[in-house]
Amino acid sequence: MSDTDKPQPAEPEPGTQQTAPREVDPAEDAAAAQPDRSRSVLRDIATGNALSGVLAVFLAVLVGSVMIAATDEGVRETVGYVTARPSDFFTALWDAVSGAYTAMFRGAIFNNLVDDPAQQWRPLTETLKYAGPLILGGLGVGLAFRAALFNIGGRGQMLIAGGAAGWVGFQLDLPMAVHLPLAIIVGMVFGALWGGIAGLLKARTGAHEVIVTIMLNYVAYYLLFWALTKEALLKTPGSVNPKSPPMHDTAILPKVLGDRFNLHLGFVLALVAVAVVWWLLNRSTLGYRIRAVGENPHAARASGINVGKTYTVVMMIAGSLLGLAGVNQVLGTVTTGVSLDLDASIGFDAITVALLGRSRPLGILAAGLLFGAFKAGGFTMQASENISVDLVLVVQSLIVLFLAAPALVRTIFRLPAQEAK
Amino acid sequence: MSTLTDQPTPESGGLAPDATVAPTRSAGARKLPVVLGVLTLGLGLILVLSSHSGDTTFQLAADTDFVALPDIVVPSGPTGWVMVLACLALTAEAVRRMLGHLRQPTWIPVVFAIAWMTGFLSWAAADNSIRVVSLFGGAVALAIPLVFGALGGVLGERAGVVNIAIEGQLLLGAFAAAITASTTGSPWAGLVSAAIAGALVALILGLFAITYFVDQVIVGVVLNVLVLGLTNFLFRQVLTPNAQTLNAPEGFDRVPIPVLGDIPLVGPIFFRQTALVYVLYLVVALVAYALYRTRWGLRVRAVGEHPKAADTVGIKVNRTRYRTILLAGAIAGMGGAYYTLVSVSQFNRELTNGAGYIALAAVIFGKWDPIRATLAALLFGFATNLQGVLSAIGSPVPSQFMLALPYVVTLFAVAGLVGRSRAPAADGVPYKQQ
Repeated sequence: MSDTDKPQPAEPEPGTQQTAPREVDPAEDAAAAQPDRSRSVLRDIATGNALSGVLAVFLAVLVGSVMIAATDEGVRETVGYVTARPSDFFTALWDAVSGAYTAMFRGAIFNNLVDDPAQQWRPLTETLKYAGPLILGGLGVGLAFRAALFNIGGRGQMLIAGGAAGWVGFQLDLPMAVHLPLAIIVGMVFGALWGGIAGLLKARTGAHEVIVTIMLNYVAYYLLFWALTKEALLKTPGSVNPKSPPMHDTAILPKVLGDRFNLHLGFVLALVAVAVVWWLLNRSTLGYRIRAVGENPHAARASGINVGKTYTVVMMIAGSLLGLAGVNQVLGTVTTGVSLDLDASIGFDAITVALLGRSRPLGILAAGLLFGAFKAGGFTMQASENISVDLVLVVQSLIVLFLAAPALVRTIFRLPAQEAK
Repeated sequence: MSTLTDQPTPESGGLAPDATVAPTRSAGARKLPVVLGVLTLGLGLILVLSSHSGDTTFQLAADTDFVALPDIVVPSGPTGWVMVLACLALTAEAVRRMLGHLRQPTWIPVVFAIAWMTGFLSWAAADNSIRVVSLFGGAVALAIPLVFGALGGVLGERAGVVNIAIEGQLLLGAFAAAITASTTGSPWAGLVSAAIAGALVALILGLFAITYFVDQVIVGVVLNVLVLGLTNFLFRQVLTPNAQTLNAPEGFDRVPIPVLGDIPLVGPIFFRQTALVYVLYLVVALVAYALYRTRWGLRVRAVGEHPKAADTVGIKVNRTRYRTILLAGAIAGMGGAYYTLVSVSQFNRELTNGAGYIALAAVIFGKWDPIRATLAALLFGFATNLQGVLSAIGSPVPSQFMLALPYVVTLFAVAGLVGRSRAPAADGVPYKQQ
């Protein structure tokens, strides 16, 4: 969040936007809120906005626990005689919930069930592996958010980019020094083009980007599906499955910590992308334009910024970032070939990552790591406790919902309403 | 947190075209001839590049028709070329009207669509036969969830609440219908619980979007993820172990309507369907009537166009919005019942597979009007069914292109190529009482 104290166009903060008008005269508030906003983060923490963030996570985990308990066999058996022997019920409840969350911890951070120190920390590297594409995708969605564009097209951008990078990855024979960078760049370019369509349509016709990107997701899906039936493109000769041949070794992202761990270069690329997007947003002219357009397109236009061009450029950069997430999947995580589910729902997860990270690069980094841990832990939880990994989706979306409505969390916990100033 | 609570400016509110970048000139009249010309050229190119010989049979009769219509057998190639000529004539008429600055009447695109489709089908089904009844009847059936969802979307947006959560309402509706119909053994109970489930999703949408002013598009998207996660979780934890008792719903049967069902061609297509389809006809008529002809509808539209004015004359804006989206959610939820009570007869993961988003597209393609949105949803259903029919007879068109068609059409629609559409003015803008 270190970037919020830089000079930038006014940020509407939930505190001033939501509760202020109830307590002060609207006109007076509008005038007073303006100079105050540069210190908004400090004020938010002081008045408990960070607290409502923690409480939002707590609430979501609580709901998750209720879901675990309600569907657990032991809990359902003991609830029948809860008045007779309440201790049985509470033991079963504790076993179900704590079992689930410790399994998640074992899968995401540190595994105490094995002796080898390297293997003990292996889950953490899995978390980082899953976090890489989430961070990249979150950056793509978050950057578009900063220009007040809602990029739901992450799935399509990933599919197109993954397909293109995959084509380079197995159709061409090149030395690694050329092959890998070429595959990455081709993927990013295709992602940028696919994202750019939405930006261009918005700029030229005013078509709403939410609709356009949703439609482009499906078009991309069927385009990739079609490409997977053509041998000149992605089809595996002699196979009827919609899946391409595996990538050549020269196009695969190298493992960072040796072959014992799955962590590959994709995570490093994600870290680089965080730095680049941070610089772009906070230190470059383009970033200033993006934020200006996002805050108020009319004012931006009046001060000579080409709003339409900014929309197009932002969507191209966002598309290239999501494209890199797709490349990360095809050339790093699942190198056995391009398939229709290569996006692994990252395109949609990225939206929650960007929202949780408040569309700021460092926030997205943190949110991506958290959701990466959820993902890694979720699979372990499913395998060892037989609790569906989809629980993670519920918890993630609840976190975002509760975070979006701090006033609701305040009502639930009976916290005092926020101070206006 | 700024992005979560950003108030959309009224100009860019909801899913309307963005006025800050949209061209101001009205482009609809000029674009029609262009679109028609491109389509005609496309059909001509298809015929030139891959000419088929042989005959195409159009079967007009259903198996159980009272009065059997004869099959129509036409030579494939010549029919295609006649239809290209017809399309050319219609395009020329559109160009003439454009040059004369005349209005483009609705019959031009409609007749064009029929001619184009006939030409296309006679090419695609050369040496084969097309069962016209099952082509259109299947389209009606496939369009059920889309029409319900689109009606829910239209109602919500007319009241000023963008409903991206149609997908979630369909999915939870399908889930609730499966469980209730399995436990009670009655599909009607399933339908009611589907409506309740849809309304429940709408209630959460309202809580966040109306009461807590969270960006409606974001709430909608997150709600879809939430419902997806919830149903996947419960499917794996609860439904799968108890599939016999909880996931074996009693479905709706086909019920032919006595007289109407015997009309040749129309009867088998529209009136030999399941009860859910007849409910659908009723709901479409009710929504269209209520929205334009009743005091309630006037209030809903007032709240969506100019909430402040509505408030001034004493309409409770947020209460009206809540009521409307609950009703809209119930309607969309009923659409979900199609999946588990008509289509596949048991719940499965991610059953709706993006139908809610197609319904959303139908809302916009139908210009926020219940009848037009219904027609748009029927068109999308037709495209889906056409793909199935064509791949069954082994047509040369890649099925993926046919499946992508609704989405491409919507892209063109929102880009303004199919005439301008205008969303309700306050669509997506939360209302705060001063």
